[in-house]
Amino acid sequence: MSWIYEPWPWYVAGPMITGVMLLLIYAGKSFGVSANLRSMCSIAGAGRWVDFFNFDWKKQSWNLLFIVGGAIGGFIAVNYLTPHESVAISESTQAALQELGVENPGSTFLPDKIFGAEALSSFEGWIFLIVGGLLIGFGTRYAGGCTSGHAISGLSNLQLPSLIAVVGFFIGGLIMTHLILPFIL
Amino acid sequence: MKRVAYLAVGVIFGIVMSKAEIVSWYRIYEMFRFESFHMYGVIGSAVILGMIAVQLIKKKEGKTIKGEQINFSDKNKSIPRYLIGGTLFGLGWAMTGACPGPMFVLLGQGVASIGIVIISAVFGTFLYGAFRNKLPH
Repeated sequence: MSWIYEPWPWYVAGPMITGVMLLLIYAGKSFGVSANLRSMCSIAGAGRWVDFFNFDWKKQSWNLLFIVGGAIGGFIAVNYLTPHESVAISESTQAALQELGVENPGSTFLPDKIFGAEALSSFEGWIFLIVGGLLIGFGTRYAGGCTSGHAISGLSNLQLPSLIAVVGFFIGGLIMTHLILPFIL
Repeated sequence: MKRVAYLAVGVIFGIVMSKAEIVSWYRIYEMFRFESFHMYGVIGSAVILGMIAVQLIKKKEGKTIKGEQINFSDKNKSIPRYLIGGTLFGLGWAMTGACPGPMFVLLGQGVASIGIVIISAVFGTFLYGAFRNKLPH
């Protein structure tokens, strides 16, 4: 059972994600997490101003339960199944990050420089997280799905729109990683 | 399916996202630098198995747990919305290292600052809703 405490390789994680998608399909639902962001807008009362949020979010309440489960899973994994929270990223990635001033890259799941207490005590740190979140929320609904809805569910169903969306994900990701992060990190 | 079942499937999802380090900002950064096979293996194997499974379900006319026929709906044809929307999402994904699933998993891990990302992602979705009539689709 010691393998459970080690980082899980891709060939375990990938098939398990397919399994999650199939369980939801078997339940008559579909795997797409970003729909929850729209539900949350509706629950917060956004339908009063914008008609897009006047929909029966209760039909999506199963999906909200799914992400609550996801949060519980994260809690279990990090507290009971992960004795050493370090990420074995490649040496070249580590070197690139050190050059950008990220200390001990890979020693924890997340860089303190973006998510740590110091980032939260600076104006720039807040702006970074806020702009990132806005892009995710706006972009994912504009594209009609995120990594789960398009990259996994959509590509599994051979949907050309999903392939276009995934190409977009990579255009945005490559621009951010190579052209923008070096200046703002 | 009972409510607790969705919760349970979510728990599996959260554990996999955590144990395979998919929630790690570093893994996303590394992926966009093409310096590791890990994330490509995760997404690639999930998609290839998913394609096989979906084809089988269609061919065998698979049923849901309630005995209803499983239907896969086709996504509307368009280029601008998927390309522009996808690119905007990609920018945010590489910035925060989180997509809409992992951000909730990270919250469960006790990462308080991801709460800022979640709240602004909800607001970003609101902004899309407010301006969607003015955007090319």
